[in-house]
Amino acid sequence: MENDFLKPEYYRNREDSWVSFDERVLSEARDKNIPLFERLKFLSITASNLDEFFMIRIASLKDMVHAGYTKKDIAGLTAQEQIDMVLKRVHDMVNVQYSTYNRSLLPALKQQGLEVVIQHEDLTKEQQKFVDSYFDENIYPVLTPMAMDSSRPFPLIRNKTLNIGALISKKGKKNETQFATVQVPSVLPRIIELPSGKEGVRCVILLEEVIERNIGKLFLNYDMVCAHPYRIMRNADLAFDEEEAADLLKEIQKQLKKRQWGEVIRLEIEDGMNKQLLKILKKEFDIRGDDVFAINGPLDLTFLMKMYGMDGFEHLKEPSYKPQPVPALMDQDDIFAAIREKDILLHHPYMTFDPVVNFVKQAAKDPDVLAIKQTLYRVSGNSPIIAALAQAAENGKQVSVLVELKARFDEEHNIVWAKMLEKAGCHVIYGLVGLKTHSKITLVVRKEEDGIRRYVHLGTGNYNDSTAKLYTDCGLLTCSEPVGEDATAVFNMLSGYSEPKHWNKLALAPIWLRDRFRELIERETEHARNGEKAHIIAKMNSLCDREIIALLYEAAAAGVKIDLIVRGICCLKTGIPGISENITVRSIVGTFLEHARIFYFFNNGKEEYYMGSADWMPRNLDKRVEILFPVESEELKEELWHILTIQMEDNMKAHVLQPDGSYEKVDRRGKVRLCAHEYFCKEAKERAEKPLDPVRDRVFIPEEALKE
Amino acid sequence: MAVTLFAAIDVGSYEVEMKIYQCVTRKDIRQIDHIRYRIELGKDTYNTGKISEKKVEELCRVINDFVKIMEGYKVQAYRACATSAIREAQNRLLILEYVERMTGVSIEVLDNSEQRFLDYKSVAFGVKDFYKIIQNGTAIVDVGSGSVQLSLFDNDKLVTTQNIKIGNLRIHEKMADLSLHAVHRERMVEELINNELESFKKMYLKDREIKNLVLSGNYILEILMKTSVTKPEYLKMYEEIIEMRPEEIAKKYGIPSESASLILPTVTIYKRIIEELEPDMIWLPGMNLGDGIAYDYAQKNKMIKIPHNFNDDIVAAARVMAKRYQCNKGHIRNLENLALMMFDKTKRISGLKERDRLLLQIAVILHSCGKYINMSNRAECSYNIIMSTEIIGLSLQERRIIASVVKYNTTDFSLEDIVTQPQMTNKDYLLITKLVAILRVANAMDRSHRQKFSNVKMELKDQKLVITVETNEDITLEKGMFPPKADYFEEVFHIRPAIRQKKVL
Repeated sequence: MENDFLKPEYYRNREDSWVSFDERVLSEARDKNIPLFERLKFLSITASNLDEFFMIRIASLKDMVHAGYTKKDIAGLTAQEQIDMVLKRVHDMVNVQYSTYNRSLLPALKQQGLEVVIQHEDLTKEQQKFVDSYFDENIYPVLTPMAMDSSRPFPLIRNKTLNIGALISKKGKKNETQFATVQVPSVLPRIIELPSGKEGVRCVILLEEVIERNIGKLFLNYDMVCAHPYRIMRNADLAFDEEEAADLLKEIQKQLKKRQWGEVIRLEIEDGMNKQLLKILKKEFDIRGDDVFAINGPLDLTFLMKMYGMDGFEHLKEPSYKPQPVPALMDQDDIFAAIREKDILLHHPYMTFDPVVNFVKQAAKDPDVLAIKQTLYRVSGNSPIIAALAQAAENGKQVSVLVELKARFDEEHNIVWAKMLEKAGCHVIYGLVGLKTHSKITLVVRKEEDGIRRYVHLGTGNYNDSTAKLYTDCGLLTCSEPVGEDATAVFNMLSGYSEPKHWNKLALAPIWLRDRFRELIERETEHARNGEKAHIIAKMNSLCDREIIALLYEAAAAGVKIDLIVRGICCLKTGIPGISENITVRSIVGTFLEHARIFYFFNNGKEEYYMGSADWMPRNLDKRVEILFPVESEELKEELWHILTIQMEDNMKAHVLQPDGSYEKVDRRGKVRLCAHEYFCKEAKERAEKPLDPVRDRVFIPEEALKE
Repeated sequence: MAVTLFAAIDVGSYEVEMKIYQCVTRKDIRQIDHIRYRIELGKDTYNTGKISEKKVEELCRVINDFVKIMEGYKVQAYRACATSAIREAQNRLLILEYVERMTGVSIEVLDNSEQRFLDYKSVAFGVKDFYKIIQNGTAIVDVGSGSVQLSLFDNDKLVTTQNIKIGNLRIHEKMADLSLHAVHRERMVEELINNELESFKKMYLKDREIKNLVLSGNYILEILMKTSVTKPEYLKMYEEIIEMRPEEIAKKYGIPSESASLILPTVTIYKRIIEELEPDMIWLPGMNLGDGIAYDYAQKNKMIKIPHNFNDDIVAAARVMAKRYQCNKGHIRNLENLALMMFDKTKRISGLKERDRLLLQIAVILHSCGKYINMSNRAECSYNIIMSTEIIGLSLQERRIIASVVKYNTTDFSLEDIVTQPQMTNKDYLLITKLVAILRVANAMDRSHRQKFSNVKMELKDQKLVITVETNEDITLEKGMFPPKADYFEEVFHIRPAIRQKKVL
């Protein structure tokens, strides 16, 4: 490959691109065409996204700075340069978040009869009485106020918690102030509904305001100088040496405890905080400059998700969509029989996730099933899949489950049910040293009349029945022999056995997948160079792998038409003259979280379709176990083409990447409005309603014998 | 349709593997799972003579996993075999006993000749139209870690099979000792093999034309990626590969990097043989011991029909040996006929098994090979020849039985003579005694080596084995030699053989 395609100026910094993504989510919160409560939800998502972004990305950049790491990123920036650039953009974005909240959402809520009392000073007499007694009865017992003086050091402030910092002085000693802090308890609801006193109006106040109002009750012998909320974010990236860690399970438990103590990387304070108080916080948390965010409004906007959940505002929400039955499974109770008939494509959340759960459930009960093997990354609380796996083990099936302990922020959760599965008699494996197992694969081995048959589910999303209602993902159910063989090999490999001598259909990261993608892209390049039509459509969550991007540039320069549907980070730039003019990038941000990975290659008319668990990111291609699988049935290939086409034609929720790096909504003039999410919802409903084949449905009723 | 699941475990020199096979009656036999675990037992054995406890523990852990997998598939049967790494380890008995106690799996140690026979079966299993191919001159080269086995076929028959002690792991370790690096290691490998190959050519190949060459051994299929190639295609690949470092080989062909270092000796051995034999076509079945074990199992349990009798190959190998020691062909044919007929007629009361029949046949074929060395001490000489010549398909213990039968055909022996020998048990004594009894009677019937009897019939009647022979010749000699042999036969089987002469007009 010519070095030309690797120039830093052809690439965008990934954090920078990420902020753009969160801005796209924020634009949904600002979109007046969207029901009001949905906008609350989007604003809440931008806030939780930002939290995670700080905890992982900013944290690791800070680590690099501390470690004196000078290597530049894909776009030629040092870690410090990236932090500076990104923090500036985040500050701007936070301003937009709060202006959206204050100027747009609050007035709109009021108009709809929901008043948010911003400061406790604004409470009416009656409301004051209400909150004070609420404080005494419910809040006071769970508060742990902590003061700092010469004998008591600065207390541990937990990551992501909301706190109220105060300056207090001993009664009568005005000049000697002391620092005190109290955590806003996370066990209590953040939103407290108040008596409004007015017909048709509901009133709420936030928990921290109620505490602030009553904070004097916590420090009886003191005078209150000032009290303000603050919140910190700590470095949460788990860092441990796996080679050294003999027992991964124990090591992760140990690290989880340490996470509470990570370096403070962001401090959010109420705008207008007392200078002396701020100085103490900055000193104790060792933080300054752009890392401090003065917030004009309530800290931690994720409470808006709770507000979304308030009863009585259903007319201000998108009616919830019920995932539809899968047509191929509608008149077939036996899922194995249905799979034997033909491969089945699942498109969630338009189609229900039930078949995936039933696949495991039915296998657990089926006397002919010998073994069930599955990889689990993130599962829902109280997961029916886990229950079915445990049941299967109890029924004497051989059940092997790969539990990925390294799934970020789910580690604690995963340890609990991994132990539960072990108790039930499942063989639990904890993945491979140094590699996260991100692939989603389930294998059911069944002994049938004519021999062993293997049924496989391969997916782009996690085995999580709750998120499957929100994430758009695809899955494939098949009993193809070559895929079954590969699936067996995958599990042998994950159990620590040697890799198979060859793969039939699957391509696995970290060893073979990158090469496979390279070959697929280069094949199109080759065809384009030979003057033939060449086309790539790739849909994924993030695109930031330098080599892949360079290959795409090379392909586009050779004349390959490349259409990318990338929801989140995209380090590729469009419109670079002579390099990426043939590339389009769009991002769909809407009701559902786009999560499927689909890859299409024209291949000189012998079109190939793949799906998988991997994004085009270095971590997916080099540091994880990922699976790319082909979709080979003609019927399903057509279906995938349909899915990709509709996404390409979306002109409601699609944002198109511009050469200047900004994202613009599609110009709808003269076009029929098309929202991919709505389209697929409607289509799934229609398909599920389609009358069944009358011949199959027809039943002749046998005459009953005459009774004597 | 009956479906049988069977597991074959191969405890090899650098890998332990299990293959699960599914056999659908009268249909096919198919591999459905293949689990490999890298553990260099051979390195321990070849370097220190023993396998360390640590490795044995690791082996137990893997075998226990295998047991779980077998339970998962509900396999009906399994066979676990070990080869040279365990065979040559001084602590093999301790290892086998410990593994069995820890896992419940009994591992059978194969002798080289048994192992190669199974490898050969795997080739027969894996090469399409194998039985057609071996109508013409065919050679099978099986490169193992400890040695190379070279087998020649012609007219559907095994002509010879020879073991050359230069396996890929052995060569690799040797080169490591000499700290020979990068530059032309392949030349040294060639030198190592040339000498051995030269004698093989002189003694066995002669002017035989080799049309087909079957390459058996690990990873060669991955490299050539075709199940058949021509000589130029092979040489082209060879030129490419000797220029590469093991890491490059590993990456390019997706071979575990630890195994890649064995590729160079392997391809060089193949190359030299290809140059010497000049085959028209080279076949790569990509099969290994596990497949042989499975094929053997399916064949023995009559799950598949095979148009080839593998025992014929063992017999053929014995005949080649007899020919080399200039045994009397006519006498042997006659004796085989008589001995086997006697075996079949008395089978109901002798308690001998089908496999024993093969041992008897081979004992007959080789019964006089010692004469070649020394006419007067032929019993001892025959014994030594048989004990020092590998016969494919026979275990060392089986060979020991045959050698003893041949030796005691002409000398007296007692229970003590047998059981005081190492490895020999009361059971072996009984088997030897029974086979000797048959062989002695048969031998007495052709004392003159002139095959005087034609149209022999045998009938079991009232504690007597009546042997009716048609001949007009004078059989006084045979009749005179007969009674002492018949006495012995009667002592062993409680049946008295009697000759009835029927003159033909």
